Amino acid sequence: MSRAGYVPLGERMATASEPLLRTLVRLPLLRWFFNTLGRFAISGRGAVVLVPYAWLLLFFAIPFVIVLKISLADQVIAQPPYTALVQWTEDTYLQIKLNLGNYLFLVQDALYWKAYLNSVKIAFISAFVCLLIGYPMAYAMARAEESWRNVLLMLVVLPFWTSFLLRVYAWIGILNNTGLINNWLIAAGIIDEPITMIRTNFAVYIGIVYSYLPFMILPLYSTLEKLDNTLLEAAADLGCRPFEAFLTITLPLSMPGVVAGFSLVFIPALGEFVIPDLLGGKDSLMIGHVLWDEFFANRAWPVASAVAIAMLTLVLLLMAGQRKLEEKAETAA
Amino acid sequence: MKQKSWFLRGALALGFAFLYLPILSLVVYSFNDNKLVTVWSKFSVKWYGVLLQDEPILSAAWLSLKIAFMNATLAVILGTLVALALARFGAFRGRALLSSLATAPLVMPEVITGLSLLLLFVAMEQFIGWPAGRGTLTIVIAHATFSMSYVAVIVQSRLTGMDVSIEEAALDLGAKPAKVFMVITLPIIAPALLSGWLLAFTLSLDDLVIASFVSGPGSTTLPMVIYSKVRLGLSPEINALATLLVGFVSIAVLGAGLLMARQERLRQRDVQMAIAGNK
Repeated sequence: MSRAGYVPLGERMATASEPLLRTLVRLPLLRWFFNTLGRFAISGRGAVVLVPYAWLLLFFAIPFVIVLKISLADQVIAQPPYTALVQWTEDTYLQIKLNLGNYLFLVQDALYWKAYLNSVKIAFISAFVCLLIGYPMAYAMARAEESWRNVLLMLVVLPFWTSFLLRVYAWIGILNNTGLINNWLIAAGIIDEPITMIRTNFAVYIGIVYSYLPFMILPLYSTLEKLDNTLLEAAADLGCRPFEAFLTITLPLSMPGVVAGFSLVFIPALGEFVIPDLLGGKDSLMIGHVLWDEFFANRAWPVASAVAIAMLTLVLLLMAGQRKLEEKAETAA
Repeated sequence: MKQKSWFLRGALALGFAFLYLPILSLVVYSFNDNKLVTVWSKFSVKWYGVLLQDEPILSAAWLSLKIAFMNATLAVILGTLVALALARFGAFRGRALLSSLATAPLVMPEVITGLSLLLLFVAMEQFIGWPAGRGTLTIVIAHATFSMSYVAVIVQSRLTGMDVSIEEAALDLGAKPAKVFMVITLPIIAPALLSGWLLAFTLSLDDLVIASFVSGPGSTTLPMVIYSKVRLGLSPEINALATLLVGFVSIAVLGAGLLMARQERLRQRDVQMAIAGNK
């Protein structure tokens, strides 16, 4: 069999790098490393698991314990600005001081309540609008000609590669009182006074939907693409109208994608800071912004930590709920 | 059975218009001579000149590129290890925990990740004296912690998609696992590693919130500079910066896409020829 002078990329790389890799595998240093690991009864296999495990525990899990600890501390003017929970008093007694005041503060002050509920509302509505826009797009992409699908997919992903901050910035120029929409509407003689769009909840919705839309489309597309077309053909043969077939077949079967897309938008949007900060107004205060202000403007580390714990609880509950829903959707599909 | 529905086509067109018009407006108005960004006067490239002489932006961009490079390299190593453990090691103790630890950063709100990492760094400095102060190192660690999850997802899907029998054959012939990985697995998953690296690079280059928490004096990244400018209002210089970035990304992504499409075509031709050869 002739091979038309073509060698696959992977093979070419392997041939080129083989001598290098061979020395690498035999490198004394590497051997010493594995031997040392072996002495502690850790195989190379064990190291593969242990290294990322240790990293994630240290830099992802343990920090939450520290946040919890500091959320129970008192605010003091010092560096760092909080008290220690556990202290030796007169060198004999171990004293543990827990301060629930920060949480009490969150419950009593209406600002936090409002920001908390507002975040849930804004994230939910944005995720829902994303679904309304993203579903038809994902559906159209999944039904497009095969040769077009990858191009369309790339077009969905491409904005994601450009700076998020700059894409939000673009909307300031569009929605401003002296922005593009108002300029055009005034020039066209449709309105005389600019419509206030910037610094409103409307602008925040647009910002979130715009930034998170790819996260909705991608999981939807991947479930819709795998959909078995013969089911729809069978339904059509049996006299089912297309819309009815969509409601009874396509929609239920795509539920795993809907759940995945919805949570990929909803959960990160809850803690969004940049969008409400740049596009939002007084009544679009979100919990992520409150945390930022407590930390950077007020230097209230314990309160910021309490806000983070309150947010984290919600996020973990949502993630657990998402897993349940996904399992349910999978079994139903 | 491909139905041409006007509704679907319209939805697709409107959706892409929604995704691309704002970016297009940034690009168009970056060539505007007027200091008022949204009021068109005449074509000019003067804001690019201003941008290229803006020392704070340039040094922040250089720092961001360095951080992104280190982050991407670290994230690819860690993410690949996670992917290997999850895709190849079957059931082991702690697998479920590793899997949720590795996917949670994908949805974790950035303010929480940022705050918790900063508090960790402060506590570590207090007790063991490392890392001393905050800056480039702490930003790289923070970025790698969330980018490795993205890499793990990409590499894991490639690992589960590839033919395991090649690895098994090499093992049967007496190759050590480390060698099998270097000589067989690594070249096959190379495209996934590359796209993971690129994604980690962009994620790091783009991050404002986490970097703001864990950076120190003297380590101001590009997004931090952009944010402080943007808060004050529109600036034609930022439009010019955005245009350069969009141009760069489009060329890179289109190039990578074309390259991959070509590889795929050649691979399929190979498969067809192999089938023809067997007959």
